[in-house]
Amino acid sequence: MITLTKSNAEFKYKVVEKFGGEGLSRCFACGTCTAGCPVREIEKTYNPRRIIRLAILGFKDLVLKSDFVWLCSGCYTCTERCPQDVRLTDVMNVLKNLAVEEGFIHPSFVAQIDALKKNGALYEIGDFENKKRSGLDLPKIIRGPKPIQKIIKRTIKKIG
Amino acid sequence: MKKYALFLGCTVPVRALNYEISARKVAERIGLEFIDDNRFTCCGFPVKSVDIEASLLMGARNLAIAEDLGVDICTLCSACTSSLTEVNKVLKEDEELREVINGKMGDVRYNGTIRVRHFARVLYEDFGVCGLKDFIINPLEGFRFAPHYGCHYVKPSEIYSGFDDPEDPHTLDELIGVTGAESIAYERKMLCCGGGILGIDEEVALKMSAEKLMVIKEKKVDGMISICPFCSIMYEGNQRKIEKMITEELGIPVFYYPQVLGLALGLAPEELGFSLNRVKPKKFLEKLKAGAKV
Repeated sequence: MITLTKSNAEFKYKVVEKFGGEGLSRCFACGTCTAGCPVREIEKTYNPRRIIRLAILGFKDLVLKSDFVWLCSGCYTCTERCPQDVRLTDVMNVLKNLAVEEGFIHPSFVAQIDALKKNGALYEIGDFENKKRSGLDLPKIIRGPKPIQKIIKRTIKKIG
Repeated sequence: MKKYALFLGCTVPVRALNYEISARKVAERIGLEFIDDNRFTCCGFPVKSVDIEASLLMGARNLAIAEDLGVDICTLCSACTSSLTEVNKVLKEDEELREVINGKMGDVRYNGTIRVRHFARVLYEDFGVCGLKDFIINPLEGFRFAPHYGCHYVKPSEIYSGFDDPEDPHTLDELIGVTGAESIAYERKMLCCGGGILGIDEEVALKMSAEKLMVIKEKKVDGMISICPFCSIMYEGNQRKIEKMITEELGIPVFYYPQVLGLALGLAPEELGFSLNRVKPKKFLEKLKAGAKV
């Protein structure tokens, strides 16, 4: 059961004011997103319409602390079909960003950020990889991680 | 000769060398020049979930590098494609945001002077089906492939200026048709590979891939055609794992489109990285040899 006294009415404004979150307030809960969601098809606990509803009603902790927001595969099926132009994929990203701000980042993203800081990309290209590449007649790649380190340091303060 | 900055992204140059090799060979054969630049980094897609501003900055920086080179970007990974195309569109349209991002970038400046397109889209738009046909010397008649578009090649559709239909796309089907092979229709054509949540919930992600592979198995095709390294990791790299999970043999080869186009252009399988395919395309290569005009 959900008790409204535990809700935070300001939360929806926080989502709406973020880049990509503007569509949240347009949702009229038709469920087109949930009906077409390929993740939902397999994992019944994942319900995009419910996440949007919880966000609008202000159940900040339920939304941000749950694993559900991280389960969006980013396929844009809902975004394409939503009659209200909620842009659910973008709203999900805003919710994930807010979760990170509150300290709830999924461990797989911590690992990705670490890799980006180290390599300037998700995977390292060192001598071993370049040797393999040159054996296949592919050009050598030397990436400097500095520009990415700088960006992460300035933006992702929690873990940067 | 038309020049493009080749944006490889993170995955292709490490985990999809057959894609990179075949794309480069095809480009050379049809007269496209790729410019490599070591200043390119991750496109910014992975950090969108963590901090949208960070992904805008990473995207803008890569775009600014291509602007410095004075050429459009050609991508191989669909996630890079959508991420860079979206940042490019947003920053072109929002002057205020553009100035904020430029202010924070420091060493480079984004001006909004170039375009970003996927290699398949470049082939489709710059050469077209008719234009590519002129280069075909070894049509793959008698071969049937299942096209996998993936999500980000066509979605979100608003950033792609109507180039293909997000619900029922056709460009990859037509590009497969150019090779002389048949591109088959199948249910769940637009089902997501699940790659986006592989690191979050492996079981759910693999079940998403399994769903499509099982449909394709029934179609008895010579292979599946992919245009995204991560979709290939899901369908090909993880196929063994999926077989174990569903206790069913699949054995579906997954090719990158330029590998197949390359064959039709008269390039030999050895030149197109087929030995690097994870699901060994033994039968396919035998069939090719048997009917090959190479």
